[in-house]
Order: sequence, then C-alpha cells, then structure tokens
Amino acid sequence: MKILVCMSVVPDTTTQIRFKPDMNSLETSGIQWIINPWDELALTRALEIREQPDSGVTQVSVIHIGLKDADPVIQKALAVGADSAYRVNVAAAGAMEVACQLSEVVKKEHFDLVIAGHDSADYNGSAVGEMLAELLDWISFSSICSLAAAKDSITIEREMDTRTETIIAHPPCVITIQKGIAKDPRIPSLRGIMGARSKPLLQLEPIPCAGSAAFVKFENPAQRSKCRMIDPAKPEELVELLRNEANV
Amino acid sequence: MNFELTEEQKMIQQAARDYANRELILDVLERDANSIYPAKHVKALADLGFMGMMVDPKYNGSGMDTISYVLAMEELSKVDSSVSVIVSVNNSLVCYGLEEFGTEEQKEKYLKPLARGEIIGAFLLSEPEAGSDATSQHTLAEDKGDYYLVNGTKNWITNGNSASVYILMAQTHPELKSKGINALIVDRHSPGITLGPHEDKMGMRSSDTHSVMFTDVKVPKENRIGPDGFGFKLAMKTLEGGRLGIASQALGIASGAYERALKYSKERKAFGTEIFHHQSVAFKLAEMYTRIECGRLLCFHAAWLKDNHQPYGVASAMAKYHCAETAMWVTTEAVQIHGGYGYVKEYHVERLMREAKLTQIYEGTSEIQKLIISRDIFSH
Amino acid sequence: MSVLIYASHDGGKFPKSVLELASYAFALANKTGGQVTALVTGNPVGPELDKLGKSGVSKILLTPEPMGPAFDNRAYAALLASAAQASGASCVLFSDGAISRAVAPRVAVRLQAGYAAGVMGLPESIEPFRIRRSVFTGKAYGFVEITSPVKVMILARNSWQIAETPVACTIENFIPGITAPEAGFEVVKVEEQTGAIRLQDAEVVVSGGRGLKSGDNWKILEDLAGSLGAAMACSRPVADEGWRPHQEHVGQTGKVIAPNLYFACGISGAIQHIGGISSSRVIVAINKDPEAPIFQFARFGIVGDLFQVLPALTQAIKKLKSE
Repeated sequence: MKILVCMSVVPDTTTQIRFKPDMNSLETSGIQWIINPWDELALTRALEIREQPDSGVTQVSVIHIGLKDADPVIQKALAVGADSAYRVNVAAAGAMEVACQLSEVVKKEHFDLVIAGHDSADYNGSAVGEMLAELLDWISFSSICSLAAAKDSITIEREMDTRTETIIAHPPCVITIQKGIAKDPRIPSLRGIMGARSKPLLQLEPIPCAGSAAFVKFENPAQRSKCRMIDPAKPEELVELLRNEANV
Repeated sequence: MNFELTEEQKMIQQAARDYANRELILDVLERDANSIYPAKHVKALADLGFMGMMVDPKYNGSGMDTISYVLAMEELSKVDSSVSVIVSVNNSLVCYGLEEFGTEEQKEKYLKPLARGEIIGAFLLSEPEAGSDATSQHTLAEDKGDYYLVNGTKNWITNGNSASVYILMAQTHPELKSKGINALIVDRHSPGITLGPHEDKMGMRSSDTHSVMFTDVKVPKENRIGPDGFGFKLAMKTLEGGRLGIASQALGIASGAYERALKYSKERKAFGTEIFHHQSVAFKLAEMYTRIECGRLLCFHAAWLKDNHQPYGVASAMAKYHCAETAMWVTTEAVQIHGGYGYVKEYHVERLMREAKLTQIYEGTSEIQKLIISRDIFSH
Repeated sequence: MSVLIYASHDGGKFPKSVLELASYAFALANKTGGQVTALVTGNPVGPELDKLGKSGVSKILLTPEPMGPAFDNRAYAALLASAAQASGASCVLFSDGAISRAVAPRVAVRLQAGYAAGVMGLPESIEPFRIRRSVFTGKAYGFVEITSPVKVMILARNSWQIAETPVACTIENFIPGITAPEAGFEVVKVEEQTGAIRLQDAEVVVSGGRGLKSGDNWKILEDLAGSLGAAMACSRPVADEGWRPHQEHVGQTGKVIAPNLYFACGISGAIQHIGGISSSRVIVAINKDPEAPIFQFARFGIVGDLFQVLPALTQAIKKLKSE
C-alpha cells in the first residue's frame, strides 16, 4: 500500500495573526512556518504504521501544494521519516484548486491511501480531503480518530455526530483525521535531518485548475469588552449576572 | 561572512528545542528537587543523535558541525542544564579525544558505542588538590610493562556513576611534570574503583557527580590514548572544546531566563500597566538581550574557527568567560523581574540561577579563562 | 436567490442548529428575492416539519433515508446535488457538524460550486458574492468571494439567532434519480453516544485546565456541569497528561466550539486554547492568578481557589434552580 499524506504549511499556532495594511493578505514577516498540526499527526500515524511488520505499507510520501518557500518545512517531513515528497508549484487560491492538483498526482503516482488533517490551522477550509475523494470518485471517511492497516484493508474509527463507528475499508480511499490518531508528532533525529537532503523532493508543475472561491480581504476580531470581576465569596452574583445580563 | 544558519542547522535547533519543551520540562523540577539522574532523557537524546553529534558517521556519530552543537546545547540548556552537561561531557570531553587521538581499535571498541549513546563516558581530570592547576596530577599510573597500575582520587566527576567509560588523566613520570601525564581509557567497573557519595549540589542536581577512588586498578597498555606522556596535551586540547560546550550551556541558561523574564514582563501588571512598559524593566531586558547576543556571536565564532581547523582555544575561553558571567547576571536579574514569583521553583528562574553559578566554575573558572585570554594578548 | 438547506435531524427532531440554519436561509433568500427549500431525509412527524415552516421554509422535499447500515457520504452528496438541481437552488446550505463536513465539499465538486465553511452573517454583497467567515481558528475573519453560479456553504455554529418567520410551507416527496454507490467498506462496530451531552452541540460547556492539579479532582467540575446541564471539556495539557480523554480537548488543535456559555476553570488561556473557544457568546473565567490571559477574553471573572469557588458556584446555581 502506498500512502500519501497531504500537508499544508501554516503559521506556528502561537503566532499573533496580522495582515498587510491593505488587509488583503497575511503579514508573513516574522512568522515561523510549521506543518499543519493535524497533517503532522497524520504523517506520524502513517510512519508508525509503515514500521509495523505486517502493515503492507511500502511507501509514505508527503505532498504540498505551494511555492518553493515551503521547502524547509517539507524537509522536516522527510527528516522524520517520509520516503519522498512532492510539491506542486502553484499558489492555490482555495480548497478546490488544491484538491484538483492533488488528484492529478494521486492518479499519476498510483497512491492507494490518501490521508489529510481534518482542518488546516490557517484558513480552516477542512474541505480538501472530501473534494479530492469526489474528484477521484473514491470512498472517503472523515473525523477519523484511529487508523490501522493490514495488507489490503484499513481499520478506522470514525466519530460521527452522535456515534463512533469502527469501519473496515478497502483502499483506494481518502481519510481525514482528527486528534487522537497519534499522540505526539515526532522529533527528527539528527541522522534523519542530514538524510532528508538526499531524499527526493519533486517539484511538479501545476495542471490548469479553476476554482471559484477565494479570499479577498481580512478583518481583525473586534476588541472584547473588559472582563467584569466578581468577588469569589459571592458566586450568586455571577449566577444573577449570567441570568440577567447574559441571558443564559 | 555569513550570519545565516543553514536549513539543517535550524532544524537541529528546533529538534533540540522541541525535545526540551516537550520532554525535559515535564520532570525537570522533580529531578532537580530529588537529584534524580535523567536516564530516560539520555537514552532519548542518544536515539535522536545528540550524544555523538560531531563524531564521524563511520563511528556512529551524527557528523554535525560545531555550530549545530552550540545550537543544540543552547536549546537544551534553556530548560535543563543537568541534562545538557551530560551531553556536553560525552560529546566534548569523551568522544572528541577518542576520535581525534585514539587508535582504530579504541575507536571501534569505545567510540562507536559512546557516539551512539549506548553508553556514556566521563572525563577525570580534577583532583582534590588539582583543580584549576591541572599540571600537578597526584593520581599515579605506574608503568608495569603491559599495563598501568593506577592509584589516586579524582574529584567532581560528572557522570561518575552513570558512565561506563572513563577518560582518566594520571601521572606516569612525575619528574617530567605535565609531560609525564597519560590519558587512559578505563572501564568504570574495573576492580579497585570505588565511588564517593553522590555530591549534593546547589544546582545541576539531576546530573550525577562523584569523586572516584582508584586502588591498584590495572589498565591495559593498549588503553593509553596517544604516545607516552601525551595526556596533558590531550586534556588541554579537549578542554578547548569543552569550554565551548559549557559556553553554549551558559548561553542557554541566560537566554532561557531572559525569555521567561520577557514573557513574564508582558503579562504581569503593576501600577496599571504591563511591567514591560516600566523603563527599569525594559532597559534591563534590553541589556540582557544585548549581552546574550554578544555571547552567541562569541560561541559561533569559536565554533566557526574549530570547524575551519583554526586555533580556537582563546576564542572558546572568551566565549565561556562572557557567557558564564552573562548567565549569572541575567538569571539574577530575571529572578528580580519576577519578584517573589522568581524565588519559588515553579517559575524556573531560581533554578536557572543556581545552574548559572556552576558555569563560572567548572571546566575552567572565569579566572582561568581570563588567564588564558590575558596570556594570549600579552604574547603578541 | 433560491436556497436549499439540508435539514438533518436527530431521531426525528430538528436540533437548534438546523432551525438557526432555516432562519438564516430565510434571511438570505429574503434579501435576494428567493425562497427556501429544505431537504429532509427519513420521516420526521408533522409537528416537527411545521417548525421549518415557522422558520421560513416554503418547501420541504421529503426523501427516504439513504443511510443504510452505514453512513455513506457519497450517497448524501448525490442526493443533495440532485435536490439542488431539482429545486433550482443557487445556494446550498448546511449546519456545521461531522456529517456536513463530510458531505458539503463533495456537493460543491458535483455542482461545480464555490465553497465556504464556517460562514458568519449574511453576505457583505451579493454581486459580487462576498461572505464573512472566521479564519486562523477564530483569530481573524476573512471575506470569501464566490464567483460560481451555485454556492455551497456551511453556517458557523451559534452565529445566527432563530427567528419566527412563518411562511406557507408545502411538502413534496422527492425521489432522486440516483443509484446507491458500491460500498467498499463495512461498519463492524457502532457505539452510540448516549447520556452525556455532546461537546459540539452543548449550549453550556464547563472546561478544566491544569489548575485542577490532577485528574482525580474532576468531581467539582462534574458537579458544576451537572447543575448546568453542561458538557465537559478540557485544555490541551489536561488531555496530554491523560487526565481526561482527548475528545474533550478544546483548542486550536482539538475541538473548536461555540457554546452560549463557556466556563474556563483553572485554564490560563494560551492563544491556542482561545482559538478553540473564541466564538463562545459568554466566557466565564475562574483562576487563582489575576494576571492569567484568560481574563482578557472573559466577560466575567473570578479570582480565587477553584476548590472553594466551584462548589460554592454549584450550590448557588442549584439554589436558583430550585426557586
């Protein structure tokens, strides 16, 4: 089984988000870029599975749709153990364009299982995995919190709105994962870091893909009103306030 | 000139930072309070390749440059210098000498497992009566034909108990003074070796420091590193690198305390505003930052000289002197910025202050560093 | 524009989020001169369906539940796309939830529609179509411009108030001309979540952080949640320490929630945590440290010892409820 992990590159989650003065795009100066945390968990789990003797996983690759400045972050994925990486060299405007570029690579390189994080910490589209599945006409599963692989099937746990299902699925398929799939992302070993340079990071040219949704401007959240402090000895005061002033 | 780190160097720095912030931080207070040796961290850092960072990969090392070593030492030391001193001793004082001066057989037998971090080593130079004055070694290594017979006592030995291999300095030809000293590889479990009690230290309490007593310990001749009488030269060459490790450790202690003080000053309010806005605090932070940057550049410079095979002994002495003094000053002021919170363990800065003190003392006191520097400037 | 909503239900009852969606759809249709159609699967009874009419739905398309033994998002996507075409909708709307997130992107592909999730409020403009949604996990907002004739959107939780806007409502049976997809998977086990209030749907959430010191101390939090009928949540360190299950982790890398009322107990308020709760309507912070950043985001705050404040608060709530 060949696994492809989709990876977006996002500002470190501790970053204060600022926009350029025209409010049309993110102010990127001073931002530290990281692998989207959910995608990193997806990669972690994919690597764990490959290391199990009977998993039948022969390859774990990562893919990013974006420009060259993401390469150092992609290198980290190689340093922690991905076998190879693809980068489609285009600044995609939305989820549809990303899914379209992905589908081309998945078809050409014959991947069996595509894993994506259920959300991306930047524009929170959470749509790429399902769009990709639809474009490929593959089955897909979202909100996955556990994944195991056997020779030609995977066992997954899916958290739906009111229930948790255990599913055995036969790839090809796309799954989007949430927290719980793996504990902590891996720290690359020094040997892994040095070895990453000799692993393939293939830059691919984009195919024509049209999307019809794009961000045109941004806005900072409004200042919240000041916190009203309540005497710890008078909890009933808080209860009154919640009932009368906050209508709850 | 190029001040830009490579992508690999940045990744190594991040890996060390992640390990420190994710793992070391979890039990650092408990290990410090109860002097618990960080066995699991040493193993994890070994698996990541930090125990033989600069050793050639053909001897199982990671093959990194010295800049990467400085970066890793700084990041680990921001959180826990008890762990980073173990890393420093194994890399700078043990692996370095073996790789540089050891025979192929010695490298095969000792360097490989040390560089992998399967075992760790210790460096035995200080004696009860020979600290800063390393030329007057009282520990004797009598030449008995095919082995040395060792008698004497070594003091303040980091990894004294946890090490499997000792690099021991001992006197074979007292009449030759420093030229009579030999460096021997000694199996820690050789008959005749006994340990003094675990030293109850002010700081770095989670590393194990012991005195080590030798009574008629037999060391095979093939365990001597370099020709007869090479020991003192080996020790001095080794300490040049060791100083750089400790300089980077002090740098990390200083920057760790600074980062905590900066964060605290942005959150803590007094007189109606974050204390960062009070000039007395802001100027202090500016001074901390500047002194730390000076220290970082000194460390990088010494590391660059070493990587380019140029003399770096004086550069590493300046780095260690400056960084140790900076660490002591910055940690003291970081406690001051934290006020009462700084004096309790939960906020970490008092521990960093205790750790800083040792960087002014071990692997050459600040006074010894000034001696090295002053001798150099007078010699030109 | 005519609007199609997917009115999902829970055992025949429409949750609050669907009625909010209907009200939102009505406002959108009203603004642009159109009507609201709702697709309903399965068989909710009449009075439940009436609720949709009261919220502004003019037409209900009733269709058999495609959910057999297993939820298959392809079947739902085909159904929704077919209903959208049949009703001539130029906007297909979903309420937020795991099912919507699994279905809506597929519908967008099928309809070649522009897609936006987590939208808040009516479009800023219709021509061009520009709509606001939260980005960077609540740390900012972005305006998405959708240029396709059909739009597919998911409405953010708790972002629209239910309004009484009764309209004449007709019910039609809808038989889509679609065939069931080949399964390719089997569900081998199902665990229904019963009893406990689901975090994402909860009106009130009680959340604990490291300030509780140990997983053994959760009783006082459970008592408070019990008195309020609230769901339980926790901060990341708590989940990482294993004090509480990861499903309860709320924050940028955990669940993102938007309840009416959120109690942050012993949570300092790291920026990643705020990301997961910033859309909550009212935040109450209880913390021993007066400088904890959580107070910058809270509407009401109490500085004090959790182990005293929480039981006292629980008592005060119980007292009020019994009056």
